[in-house]
Amino acid sequence: MRIFLALMFQQVRLGWRGGQTVLAIAFLFIAVTLLPFGIGPELRLLKELAPGLVWVVMLLTLMATLDRLFQADLEDGALDQLFLLPLALELVVLAKATGHFVVVVLPLLLAVPLAGILLNIEPVALPSLMAALALGAPSLVLLGAIGAALSVTVRRATMLTGLLVMPLYVPVLIFGIAASTPSAGGDGAVNAAGLGVLALFGLAALLLAPVAIAAALRAGLR
Amino acid sequence: MVQDEIFFDPTGAPLAAHASGALHVQDIMCLRGSHCLFDGFSLTLDPGAALAVYGANGAGKTSLLRLIAGLVPIQAGAVTLPAAPDMAVAVHYVGHLDGLKNALRVWETLHGFAGFYGCAALSEWQTKQILSLLGLSACADRPVGELSAGQRRRLALARLLPVARPLWLLDEPFTALDTQGREVLTRLVGAHLALNGMVIASSHEALPFATQTITLPAPQGSV
Repeated sequence: MRIFLALMFQQVRLGWRGGQTVLAIAFLFIAVTLLPFGIGPELRLLKELAPGLVWVVMLLTLMATLDRLFQADLEDGALDQLFLLPLALELVVLAKATGHFVVVVLPLLLAVPLAGILLNIEPVALPSLMAALALGAPSLVLLGAIGAALSVTVRRATMLTGLLVMPLYVPVLIFGIAASTPSAGGDGAVNAAGLGVLALFGLAALLLAPVAIAAALRAGLR
Repeated sequence: MVQDEIFFDPTGAPLAAHASGALHVQDIMCLRGSHCLFDGFSLTLDPGAALAVYGANGAGKTSLLRLIAGLVPIQAGAVTLPAAPDMAVAVHYVGHLDGLKNALRVWETLHGFAGFYGCAALSEWQTKQILSLLGLSACADRPVGELSAGQRRRLALARLLPVARPLWLLDEPFTALDTQGREVLTRLVGAHLALNGMVIASSHEALPFATQTITLPAPQGSV
């Protein structure tokens, strides 16, 4: 457990010092600011599209930050050392993914309500959207990490990682958007069934993704 | 009592010698793409012995070390250490790439090593001790990215210290080290061998600590 925490903590420290937190939030805001220009000044339309837009922007931001998750370690030799730790590689990669979640995804989630203002999201719709994003984000990070591990030996693999991961994101996105819509009645109550499905995805990713990530990294050994 | 100055147990207990038994490498083969570097390669290394691996560029020195560390899948043959079923936690590997993070400070890197290998957090005294041993006391607070190549190499060698593992695999350990750095490394290896540890180091120059040597044949044609 101490090794897990040490790995996670280093990932957080490196992410923070490398400016990943700030860059990710800036990316989110710029993307969200550009969207109304593309869609036009129709406030009602914007409000309808907003949850979907937030999800897609989140996806892109995560993809952009995740592709270096293992490649940086490959380039400086730290990846070799990860294989020699007294902790199963599956848990090592889970620690790194958790660190990434803490330093990039949590700040992004906190920034969403503010970004929502720019998309004309009503306060009453916000709890559903936030709950769905928070429950969906772990799956997104873990699935993205599979892509990052598969393409670890390929230089400048952002596009390749995207191609590998985007199809995996489809189910999360579909259920995520469904869960982001408040249940009928207009009182802002969250869509419990949709959120349950997202939580289930998250649990499945938590159990299966580390195995896939570790296997992908081992296959990249040479 | 060289080892007392270098390795220390936080509880003050006398240091236990490694009881891993001899390292056996049996009939391993090394492929580089479709290119066969060596086949049917065997060696035995007794506790307390240090093997220097010489050979031309491309002869497979690094590959041999990585094979033994388990960082390259073994195609044929076996690498065994009787008392250590999991080779991954029985070796320290210091390679060409140092695995250091530029954004971290020197002392943070050192504490990271201790954390990753699951040993107790280093006390302030231990940290100072290790840094002064490696000649890095003056740059404890500096980011790793500002260090010179030789200083980085010294810090990379610090990986060997917080947790004792029987087999050290050092890939051209003298690269970038000055005379004093080489002396420090030689002392470290001496203390490690005195505790029944084993060392395999590749090099292009004579290693003063080697108790036996092997020269890999020059690279041949493809399979």
